[in-house]
Amino acid sequence: MARIVNARKSCATNPLKMSAPLGGAMAFMGLDGCLPLLHGSQGCTAFGLVLLVRHFREGIPFQTTAMNEVTTIMGGLDNLEQAILNIASRTKPRIVGICSTGLVETRGEDIPGDMRLIRQRHPELSDTALVFASTPDYVGGMEEGWAAAVTAMVETLAQPRRARSRRERGRINLLAGCHLTPGDIEELRETIEAFGLSATVLPDLSGSLDGHVPEQYISTTFGGTKVEDIAGMGNAGLTIAVGGHMLAAAQALHAKTGVPYVGFDRLTGLGPSDHLVETLADYSGRLVPEKLRRQRSQLVDAMLDGHFFFGAKQVALAGEPDLMLALGTWLTEMGAELKALVATTAQPRLELLPGAEVLVGDLDDLEAMAGGCDLLITHSHGRGMAERLGLPFYRAGFPQFDRLGAQSQRLVGYRGTRDLIFAVGNLLMEHGHDHVPVAPSRRMSHAAA
Amino acid sequence: MSLKAKIADVFQEPGCATNRAKTETVRKKGCSKPLTPGAAAGGCAFDGAKIALQPITDAAHLVHGPIGCEGNGWDNRHSASSGPTLYRSGFTTDLSELDIIHGGEKKLWKAIRELAERYRPPAIFVYQTCVPAMIGDDVVKVCKAASDKFALSVIPVDAPGFAGSKNLGNKLAGETLLDYVIGTHEPDDVSAQDINIIGDFNLVGELWQVLPLFERLGIRLRASLTGDARYLEVASAHRAKANLLVCSQALITLARKMEERYAIPFIEGSFYGITDTSNVLRGLAGLLVRQGAQPDLLERTEALIASEEARIWRALECFRPILSGKKVLLYTGGHKSWSIVSALQELGMTIIKTSVRKATEGDKERIKDLMGEEAPMVDAIPPREMYRMLKEGEADIMLSGGRTQFVALKAKRPWLDINQERHHAYAGYDGTLRLVERLALALSNPIWEQVRRPAPWEN
Repeated sequence: MARIVNARKSCATNPLKMSAPLGGAMAFMGLDGCLPLLHGSQGCTAFGLVLLVRHFREGIPFQTTAMNEVTTIMGGLDNLEQAILNIASRTKPRIVGICSTGLVETRGEDIPGDMRLIRQRHPELSDTALVFASTPDYVGGMEEGWAAAVTAMVETLAQPRRARSRRERGRINLLAGCHLTPGDIEELRETIEAFGLSATVLPDLSGSLDGHVPEQYISTTFGGTKVEDIAGMGNAGLTIAVGGHMLAAAQALHAKTGVPYVGFDRLTGLGPSDHLVETLADYSGRLVPEKLRRQRSQLVDAMLDGHFFFGAKQVALAGEPDLMLALGTWLTEMGAELKALVATTAQPRLELLPGAEVLVGDLDDLEAMAGGCDLLITHSHGRGMAERLGLPFYRAGFPQFDRLGAQSQRLVGYRGTRDLIFAVGNLLMEHGHDHVPVAPSRRMSHAAA
Repeated sequence: MSLKAKIADVFQEPGCATNRAKTETVRKKGCSKPLTPGAAAGGCAFDGAKIALQPITDAAHLVHGPIGCEGNGWDNRHSASSGPTLYRSGFTTDLSELDIIHGGEKKLWKAIRELAERYRPPAIFVYQTCVPAMIGDDVVKVCKAASDKFALSVIPVDAPGFAGSKNLGNKLAGETLLDYVIGTHEPDDVSAQDINIIGDFNLVGELWQVLPLFERLGIRLRASLTGDARYLEVASAHRAKANLLVCSQALITLARKMEERYAIPFIEGSFYGITDTSNVLRGLAGLLVRQGAQPDLLERTEALIASEEARIWRALECFRPILSGKKVLLYTGGHKSWSIVSALQELGMTIIKTSVRKATEGDKERIKDLMGEEAPMVDAIPPREMYRMLKEGEADIMLSGGRTQFVALKAKRPWLDINQERHHAYAGYDGTLRLVERLALALSNPIWEQVRRPAPWEN
């Protein structure tokens, strides 16, 4: 059990946190034919867009309502209306995913009211789904924004089950948190399919941002969860929510459609992976397939081979809450110790971390505590401190702009955990040798020779 | 001056060629085209101001706003420093909901105090953003009080994002330097061959690619505005004998006002391309001689130009076999729409289109000089059309900025970054050589044939 402590300073230095609208817009990237729209000044969109481009190495179709000083005073309805109309006529998206920003929220815009008005005025938009998530910059971070957007998708687009329609037992919903990469989603989908089930993943970055080359130019997202798929989520037999921040969306879906849900705090490590496989076996009534048994055995072997390098290693870890829980708990399960922990926001479930204290702060706070550690894990902005402190550095979370392949990094399930043991274990192996000073007598004899 | 008056002032810029071509009434409307909601791209005024000021390496740059402005935006440029690293740290007041309710001035004050006590920097630049501007935080007042209290320069940068585009932010950064920095420090080593360079941010070290040329001529850099700058250098920029404004319409107001206030004449120029580099050296030497430098500077400059041009053309020649006959789509705008054209044409490449989105009338004239009256100038090309041109092989390579990178790559065509996010330095003679080298590398990479080949089971 860790104590959650707030950093006591006024000047955040080398920020760890990114904004809620960025998280919300990123979640909308996981919908097919979507155009994420940030309701704010053009800079709100530009900064987030650049960060996503650098991480995924893909074009990112974010748009902006381009609020200026005058419209900020007069109100943003006209800008929102024009933006939606321009987007609809230029790119014909299936969905426009709207995220608010600090700018419009400070003014107290009634965006749901504006959207109703826009719907009334423009029947030609009837084929375009509009989803709104409230994501002011000054509340929470990326994870909170992502959660708000996924809850909004469910509440707006999932259809209540029609009376007497049968549940499709063979289909389950997977609500994916922002700490899951496209590679993680592929892994979970394969695991689910190994039991003869099919999965509707929401949002599905593995469809849109896995890094692939479509044969034509598309100006919205290409790939991801379809509007029809979300509409039909209420017919599934079960919802699996990955990450504590996906529980609200699972509950919203349950309230609307009655689909039962099970939440997984984390899916990194042997125990959590077993729990997922056991859940799927129980639900499907099938035996665990040979392929997964083999993968489990491979993970166990990796743990045996790898544990030498993890024992008593001191780790500095910083990130969004659910990524912290997944990686922090797994590290201690490999024998490492959590020495310095910094999170973006004060989510109560961070108390579950097996460390003494979690500081809600920035990378400068982490740097102050990380002296003497053996390993640093955080996103790419940690590279400066890794260099200054001479720490082996494993990049995890968003953004990772100084590495190729962030989209295929895999941290969940048997194979993901095995990948992780190898990657982190190799870093520790490289830096973990004992350095025994040459005995004085040996030094003497060499000098004589 | 209020922000509104400032904006009106910088938009009236008489030194700007585009502005001069306008009628009085059009000019009064200012040069910021209203953005189209849902079809706009690019950074905000805050972004532009920070781009222009953050290269002052020994200052602290504090962003007063909620986390989006700095949390999403810090650590994203390759503006290099030869010494101090403080400018690389991201500092923000990270305003929370409670701060919005109670006002952010107290938190800003405390943040400035923390920075002053911890780093003792010569200056702290404080960037205003939209949310605190809306709730009425008086950043100018807080900075004034903090300057007095902590005995260092605390400088308000009043360019909240909603004020306008990145370009406007550049201009407002120039105004900030004029109002608070330039002229506040007297250097004790003034010479007749001192210059300032305005508008170079030392991206990937480009300033260092050209400084040796100046040094060989005995021309000294008084202040760089602002690539690899030190605060006191900038503060003493008013003692230079000439200003060189590089590739920047945005900072022309700064150059013109320095001429008005401090009688420092300026020339405009660019370090992209061979002829341009030579023209800059020639122009600057002439200006310095008129300002009192020894007349032999002119001859020495011509000698340097002759030997450098000969050297670089010899070096470029070996790329002709790879580049000759290749078709280039040049999508950049401004001076880059022509500045590298002569080198590419000389090596046998064809420019099939060059965009003139942000180009001035002068830029367009230059393009016609280089490519004739039929020069293939275009405004914006829609990404879909760009994709088609590349996919169908109308162009062999695209040179553009990061925003259109994936249009080319997804069309399986080579692409070269020639905008500010790039990782290679292309300034001066050696920079041009580097650019051509990268061009040849991109075109001759063995992946292209492989990735275009359909999978064996198709067809």
